[in-house]
This record gives sequence, structure tokens and C-alpha cells, in this order.
Amino acid sequence: MPMIYFLAIVLAIGVAAYIIGRGRAAAQTGGAQKQHSRPHYHGWWAFMLAALPALLLIIVWSVGSSLYMERHVEAQLPEQTADSPIASRSLALGMVKSLANALRRLDAQALDNLPATFAELQPALAAKGAALAPDTQDYMIPIATEANSTSDTLRLTGGVLALALALGGAALGIRSIQPRARARNNVERVVLWGLLGSSMIAILTTVGIVLSMLFETFHFFSVVPPAGFFFGTVWDPRFAAAGATDSAGQFGLIPLLAGTLYIALVALLVAVPVGLMSAVYMAEYASRSVRSVVKPALELLAGIPTIVYGIFALVTLGPFLRDLSAALAGGSPFIQAQSIFTAGFVMGIMLIPVVSSLSDDIITAVPRAMRDGSLGLGATRSETIKRVILPAALPGIVGAILLTASRAIGETMIVVLAAGVAANLTLNPFEAMTTITVKIVNQLTGDLEFNSPQTLVAFALGITLFAVTLVMNIVALYIVRKYREQYE
Amino acid sequence: MNIMSQEKLEEAVSGGMTAKPNEVIKMQGRKVGVFYGDKQALFDVDLDVRQNQVTALIGPSGCGKSTFLRCLNRMNDTIDSARVTGKITLDGEDVYDPKIDVVELRARVGMVFQKPNPFPKSIYENVAYGPKIHGLAKNKAELDQIVESSLKKAALWNEAKDRLNEPGTGLSGGQQQRLCIARAIAVSPEVILMDEPCSALDPIATAKVEELIDELKQNYTIVIVTHSMQQAARVSQRTAMFHLGYLVEEGATDKMFTNPDDKRTQDYITGRFG
Ligand SMILES: Nc1ncnc2c1ncn2[C@@H]1O[C@H](COP(=O)(O)OP(=O)(O)OP(=O)(O)O)[C@@H](O)[C@H]1O
Ligand SMILES: [Mg+2]
Repeated sequence: MPMIYFLAIVLAIGVAAYIIGRGRAAAQTGGAQKQHSRPHYHGWWAFMLAALPALLLIIVWSVGSSLYMERHVEAQLPEQTADSPIASRSLALGMVKSLANALRRLDAQALDNLPATFAELQPALAAKGAALAPDTQDYMIPIATEANSTSDTLRLTGGVLALALALGGAALGIRSIQPRARARNNVERVVLWGLLGSSMIAILTTVGIVLSMLFETFHFFSVVPPAGFFFGTVWDPRFAAAGATDSAGQFGLIPLLAGTLYIALVALLVAVPVGLMSAVYMAEYASRSVRSVVKPALELLAGIPTIVYGIFALVTLGPFLRDLSAALAGGSPFIQAQSIFTAGFVMGIMLIPVVSSLSDDIITAVPRAMRDGSLGLGATRSETIKRVILPAALPGIVGAILLTASRAIGETMIVVLAAGVAANLTLNPFEAMTTITVKIVNQLTGDLEFNSPQTLVAFALGITLFAVTLVMNIVALYIVRKYREQYE
Repeated sequence: MNIMSQEKLEEAVSGGMTAKPNEVIKMQGRKVGVFYGDKQALFDVDLDVRQNQVTALIGPSGCGKSTFLRCLNRMNDTIDSARVTGKITLDGEDVYDPKIDVVELRARVGMVFQKPNPFPKSIYENVAYGPKIHGLAKNKAELDQIVESSLKKAALWNEAKDRLNEPGTGLSGGQQQRLCIARAIAVSPEVILMDEPCSALDPIATAKVEELIDELKQNYTIVIVTHSMQQAARVSQRTAMFHLGYLVEEGATDKMFTNPDDKRTQDYITGRFG
């Protein structure tokens, strides 16, 4: 019986405990003692006592038994020797596992008279749709059969234990219902733990991601010296055929970092002023009818996939700017078809709705009393906005800009199409440059050897990107703390 | 200016108001009506505000006191749906005349709101806000001077002088309200409108603000909305009673509280309705 059935039964016991508990508590109301908690709290507490420990047991048992099974099977595998037919022990382990899974598809009769060799067994399994490695060994068949029966036993034991636990919990929960029992406090404490757990998930995931990237990054730095990565001005990873040894290449971060920041800067120079001004217009000046058209239109703009902006830059804006500059300079264009300016500009357009929509909400949230106070002193509307509303909204607006900046830094598609993939180092905004994210994609696509520096550099780049955004966040937090004007 | 106010005085007297000859009428409302959308909230209000006196507006909740007050410095303009009819003058000039600059009007007719609303800036910046906007100080020393004297007039100087750079929102409710009064005084208005300035304050802070109002009337003309009959009796010289959007009765505070003409005023003052 798969674990999922036990899970369902446990939940059913929990629901039953809820219903019985609530009924019992309801029956006690109106007695001599005033109830501490409303009946449904008693029901919930009974549910929690019945279901939560049992669920926890099921989870722990499942994880534990799969770990156990792994070691159990591995212990039965023959010693690895130079002339073993299978290259490594972990490969053999994988084969046993797939064989065990495949065997589960056979019916009881077929299992009772299993053939002794894989060659005979394979057609029967193939008929059931199980594709197995052709060099699966004969000795694996009894191991797999034994593994299946052991894990069945384990699962059954765990399931029965969980059911017993659920029944015990339900009984305990229902029996403990009395007028003065503090079911409400208990339930709320459990909910609190649930909330805490949820917030931990985000933090732990982040930590996990960073740690795994760090690990690969160290791996990378064991091949390429960190100084060459952080201070190198040439990006030329030189893809070599897998296994070749003379494939050092140069992994200079500077051109990519410069390109990333440059393009993001251009994008922010476009998006922040325009977005902020349109937010001020919408929040403070626009009539309701104008607002009801402009705001959804802007939000629609935010919904366009970035690749579409990229295509626009590649097909329309880039060639247009090139031809325009050619006409202006009389002959050779000074703006390349793919350039920082084009990419930054298009990215800026893409980010306008992000800035304006967020800032609009923030500006509208400034209390009316602030506006009235300023207007009542004879300030004009624009003075009020400049001197009272924007300062009051500053922390939120910095947050919005920061969010925008991280999007600009993380953007990939527009850069590939509008600024190209050439890792140049230049100050001229009309030339091509590329960014960290583009190179990460570049390094990880194609047929690669996973352990080569060409691939590992992607993790170093990722960590760098992470560090850049982290520093930006810290700086912004500092700015906000320093200049915040708090209103209540 | 004197001649004009003389004219107005006669107008007031002929309109049935009892004004002593030495009293100058600072602001005047004639047939003032206010609509919020289609709903009329104020009907044909005729009311005079005398210079260097405190005029109290009383009446049950929702009767239009705040609405009338907000007409006087055109704060109703900030409400999209509001529309004002009739005529309101300041020193004989129509304040709703298109030639009038609202901003200038509001500098002359300042406002203190029901809930203290200091800006999220330092105490100093709160008071300096108006003078800076209107360019009242030529240099930092003058600005300092204005801030100090405004805070002194608002009876907040002693409590605030050592913490001028701390945020105004960090003050207590009563201190915040006095800060808002200082902020209004700092632009040297001629008229100060106060909408229930003490409703968020404890008795001690209220007493301080009342004392302050009494002093302020030497230099300013004050209109105050209040729900406290004692407060109206204590601080005001004139009282106007509103009910359901109409001005029921207006007169000298002594008379209103001892011998009102209208039954509704009597009932309201003695607490029988409202
Ligand atoms: N912004 C607005 N939009 C629509 N109607 C409004 C608005 N402000 C006030 N009103 C209406 O106008 C009428 C008068 O309101 P007003 O605020 O002047 O009363 P009030 O006398 O100040 O009352 P209170 O003593 O409770 O402050 C009320 O019926 C109110 O509902
Ligand atoms: Mg009011």
C-alpha cells in the first residue's frame, strides 16, 4: 500500500477528530463553567493533535527508509574491481534501483517465476514499457527483488505506526476537551510555528542557492586565479573540445561588469525620471478619467515579454539609429546597429511602467493630511509634491528604483538582441557591449564538459551578480535610513 | 482700507448684525452654499468674521461647520466634487474671484486641522516650511528668528528649543498641535482657521491651546470650530450655530449662551440634542 493512502487515512482521522471535538465542545457550552475557547478551536486542536505528529512521522519515515534502502542495497553489491563489468559502484546502484522500479510493474504471477538472467527478463519488462540499461547484470535481479520486499515491509510498518499515532492523538485531543482547556492558545501557537516555518523556507532556499554556487565558484577558482577573474580586462574563454587540456582561456570579469552596469545605468536614466514624473502626474494631477485609461495602459506595457522589446530593438530601433547616425555624419554611422544605447534605451522603456506603477502606489499612500497641511499654508501643488510628498514617499521610491535596477541588471534577452554578445570594454555608448547574464547563458548552453572552467565560470559570474545586487540593497537601505521622513 | 471697512460695517449693520462701531469686519460670507456632487451641504450662510476676535462655529456633527470653514481659504478646491456658490470676501475682496491667487489667499488665511498633521520633517523645518515657500526670510538668521518667535507665540519654544532638529512627529499630540499652530503663524496670516484643534488633546494641552488662542487674537483674527460648549464660551467673542447646513443663529457669545433667540440653539447648548 503506497504511503499516499496512509496519508489520506491520517487526514481523514484528523477531520473526524475535528468534527467530534467540535461537537463535544459545543455540547459542553452552557454548562456551569464558561468555555475558554470557542468549539471550533477545540475541533482544530484535536485535528492538529491527530494529524500533525502522524504527518511528521510519515515524512521522517519516508526519508529515513529511502536512505536506509540505499545503504542496504549498496551493501549487497559485489566489491568493485578493475574488471567489473560496471564502471562504478554508484552506476550499479542506479541500475539496481531502476530494475527494482521496473519489477514493480510485473504482476504477482510473473514475479513468482522470475527468470534468472536479465536477457530473459528484459522482454517481459520491455512489454510493460520499462526501458533498462542493456548491461544490467544478472546478479542484480535477486538484489532488486529483495529490495522491493524490504521496502514494502518498511512502508507498511511506517504506515501502521502513523495510523496508530493519529488515532492516539485524536483520542488525546478529544478527551482533553473541557470548558477551561486553552485550545485557542494551542491552535494559535501551532499557526505561529507554521508561519515561522514558511518564512524560513525562503531564507533557507536563498542560503542553499548561495552555498551551492559558492561551492562551484571555489572549484572554478582552483583552476583560474581569482585575480585573473576579478581584475582581468579580457573575456575570451576559448571553448575547447571536451577533454582538451590547452584550454585555459581568459576570464576577465571587468568587461562584463562594466557592460552590465553601463546598460543598467542607461536604462535607469531613461526609466526613473520618466516613470517618476508619470507617477506624479497620475497620482496628483490626472483626472479620474485620464487615470482610468493611462494606468491600465502603462500596466499593459509592463506585461509585454522582454523578448518582444528585444525584437523591437533589433529590427526597428537599432537599424534606425544606425541609419540616422550615418545620415548625420554623412557616410559612416557612429552608432552601431547593436549598441549600449539601444539596449539601455529599450530596457528603460520596458522599465517605465515598473517605476511609475510602484511609485504611483507609494505617492497615493501618503496621507491626505500631509497634502492639506501644505496646501493650507499656501504652498502650490508642485511645492507640496516636491517638499512634502516626495520626501515622505522617498523610502518607498528608493525601494522601487532598486527593484527596477535589479531587473535591469538581471535582464538578458534585450541585451542579447540589442547590445550583442561581444565582450568589449568601452566608454562609447554607441558601441556593442555585453553583460554578465548574457555570458552566463552563453557559457551554459551547448555541449559542454561540466567540470571545465568554461562552465564553472558561470557560477563565479552568478555569485558576482548576487554580490552586486546585495551591495546595492545595502546602500539603498542606508540611504533610506538616513533620509527617511516618517509619517504616521 | 479704513473707508472700505466702514462701508462693510454699514452693510453689516443694515444686514441686521450688531457690530460695535470699533469692530472691523475681516471676512464676510453672503449666501454661501456648498455642494458635494449633487448633494447640498451648506445653504445660504451669511456670516461675518470680525477682526481681532475669536468666532466660534458650533452645531451638531455633520451640520457643515468644517465645510464653511474650508470655504474661507478655499480648501474645498482640493476636493474634486465640491462646488461653492455665493460670495466670500476678505477685506472686501471676493476670494472666489478668478483673479485671486489661491496660494496667496491661503498664506493670508491659514489653517490648523483637527488632527495634528506635522510634516515628517524636523521641528525647525516644519515651522520654516511656510516662510521658505513664501520667501519671507532673506537669510538663515531671519529664518531662525521667525521660527523662534512662531514657536514662542505657540507656547512651544520652551519644550522644543533643545530639540529643533528632531522630527516633529516625535512630539506628543498636544505639542504637535501647537507645532501646527506655530507653522501656521510663521507665514504671518491675517486670519487663522482652526477645525476642532483640541479634539485630540488632553485637558492640560487643551488649556494651553485655549490660552494661546486668547493671546493670538490680539494679532490675528480667529475662526474656530468646536464641539465643546465650554471652550466656545471661554475663548470666543462671537458664536455661530449651524444646523443641517443652515446658519441658525449668530451673535455675541455672552448672549448666545445666556439668552439665545432660537430654540434649537438653546437645546443644543444645554445638551438636549446633537
Ligand atoms: N468630501 C466630502 N464629500 C461629500 N460629502 C461631504 C464631504 N465632506 C463633507 N461632506 C458632507 O457635508 C456635510 C457637512 O459636513 P462637515 O464636515 O462640514 O460637517 P461638520 O459640521 O464639520 O461635522 P463634524 O462636527 O462631525 O466635523 C455632511 O453631511 C458630510 O457628509
Ligand atoms: Mg468637521
